Amino acid sequence: MAGLEVRGLTKNFGGLVVSEDIDFDLRPGDRKALIGPNGAGKSTFANLVTGILEPSSGTIHFDGRDIGRLGEARRVKLGIAKTFQVTTLFPKLTVRENLRLPVLERENRGFRMLRRADGDPKVEAEVEALMAQFDLSKLADRQVANLAYGQQRLVELALTLALKPRVLILDEPAAGVPSGETHLITDAIANLPANLAVLVIEHDMDLVFKVAQSIVVLVQGRILTEGTPREIAADAKVRELYLGGGHG
Amino acid sequence: MRNLIAPLALILLGVALFFLFPYNLAFATRIVIMVILVLSLDLVLGYAGIPTLGQGAMYGAGAYAAGLFAIHIWADPFAGLIAGALAGAILALISGFVLMRASGLTLIMLTIAVASICHEIANRARGVTGGADGLRGIRMDPVFGIFEFDFIGVTGYWYTFGVAALVFAFLVILVRSPFGLGLRGIHESPDRMMAIGAPVYWRRLAAYVVGGAIAGIAGALTAQISQLVSLETFAFALSAEAMIMLILGGMGRLYGAAIGTVVFMWVHHTAAANDPFNWLFVIGAMVLAVVFFLPSGLISLPAAVTRLIKGGRNGGA
Ligand SMILES: Nc1ncnc2c1ncn2[C@@H]1O[C@H](COP(=O)(O)OP(=O)(O)OP(=O)(O)O)[C@@H](O)[C@H]1O
Ligand SMILES: [Mg+2]
Repeated sequence: MAGLEVRGLTKNFGGLVVSEDIDFDLRPGDRKALIGPNGAGKSTFANLVTGILEPSSGTIHFDGRDIGRLGEARRVKLGIAKTFQVTTLFPKLTVRENLRLPVLERENRGFRMLRRADGDPKVEAEVEALMAQFDLSKLADRQVANLAYGQQRLVELALTLALKPRVLILDEPAAGVPSGETHLITDAIANLPANLAVLVIEHDMDLVFKVAQSIVVLVQGRILTEGTPREIAADAKVRELYLGGGHG
Repeated sequence: MRNLIAPLALILLGVALFFLFPYNLAFATRIVIMVILVLSLDLVLGYAGIPTLGQGAMYGAGAYAAGLFAIHIWADPFAGLIAGALAGAILALISGFVLMRASGLTLIMLTIAVASICHEIANRARGVTGGADGLRGIRMDPVFGIFEFDFIGVTGYWYTFGVAALVFAFLVILVRSPFGLGLRGIHESPDRMMAIGAPVYWRRLAAYVVGGAIAGIAGALTAQISQLVSLETFAFALSAEAMIMLILGGMGRLYGAAIGTVVFMWVHHTAAANDPFNWLFVIGAMVLAVVFFLPSGLISLPAAVTRLIKGGRNGGA
């Protein structure tokens, strides 16, 4: 079956169960959101799927293939990419270099030693196009460390898309972004390729309701419920446990 | 045009060294060899961000390999360089399999341990290496079969200088390549590098091996020029000094590595000659001053001065 299929996924850190018996599907074209209170295990779930963490038990299949034991880099090559809750970029490299690297890696050129990194017009054209798409062209030669946080968020999104992923996991893409700039992120997510499978982890309910067709609620490592935004908004348990908890 | 200024300046510096030390070409040669070693460290530490105090291990391996190769197999200088580079690369590869899994202080300790083990092996294998007496009896064939290694060291200097120029040119190409950009990426954020699908472990290992080969070339040159390999090639002090030279010049900058080495060795030489007792104090003060006022090394001096002048103007306006 196409897409991600997670069954019985469990992770414990010592005695602490952070993910418990999670079943989860993500198909091409899906727009799902994962919500839940702080410490519910949302980032941990994302890290299990992308291979940053190893599960304690359970299986992860991608396009029918068992990827549960593959390393992170291998899963990226298969098309599973993620942005981090705390922006993770190459701070001292320029915006252009930050975007050039994933394109080169995607094309498996990372071990080339005798050609110039900026020597391939096709790669450069792709980098330029990405910068134009996210309105970053004017910042091309600035170090990303010197950009505003909202702009860094966009660079990370662009960088991740440069991998041409088939599954994209965004861990709180709007966290730390000034509210006036959140629409940049929301628009960018709305404009993602239609057949991409997208999972957004987010506390910002406006953003969640704007982009998600389906919402999964995670509480203390377990899936509480899954439904359309309307169903979730009307769900009494969710209101009580999460939306009423001072987050909304 | 502007792109030519820096390489030309470096070549001029090389020529100047030759004329500055006409009676001490051995010293001028030692500076150039040290530049190669520090360049190798710059690739590993400055670019790839792999902390090491054991670059001397590959340097020593290259020296012994080139010495033994000249004595037992073939005395051609360039063949000897290849032997030295291979020895450095192989040692880096074997030790790197383990080392590149470590990081931080653990990694530094392990690199020191590798160099000490090499020292001990060379010391024990007296029959092959000459042990504490050093490896003697190295006689090199002429360079290109034409230029004899002379007593004064003229051939030795230009030969070394030529090799250093080639290594430098190679590194200039390497650091601009996709591989070089990837090393900077790993240095900046291994997590991000992994998350774009890069095999970070293998990249670091590759960088360590290339750095090892270059350190091996530096060691081979030492063996060929001084016709002697001593246990000191594996000494901790060498690796530590190389690190100081790199910090002085500027990490992650190839020209920084070259300038830091020349300045360090020159000051070292002059200070030690003028004041055999307090020269360490001079070196220490110099390093402290640079680290304090120019954290990016001497190579950033022009930019810092420009900023100061411009800043001064802006401040006055
Ligand atoms: N490496 C780790 N070792 C031990 N405990 C961990 C580790 N990583 C996460 N945890 C714990 O697991 C729980 C879930 O963390 P996680 O980061 O997945 O939550 P989250 O839902 O993403 O929260 P937030 O909304 O704050 O980002 C927390 O209690 C956290 O302290
Ligand atoms: Mg989280």
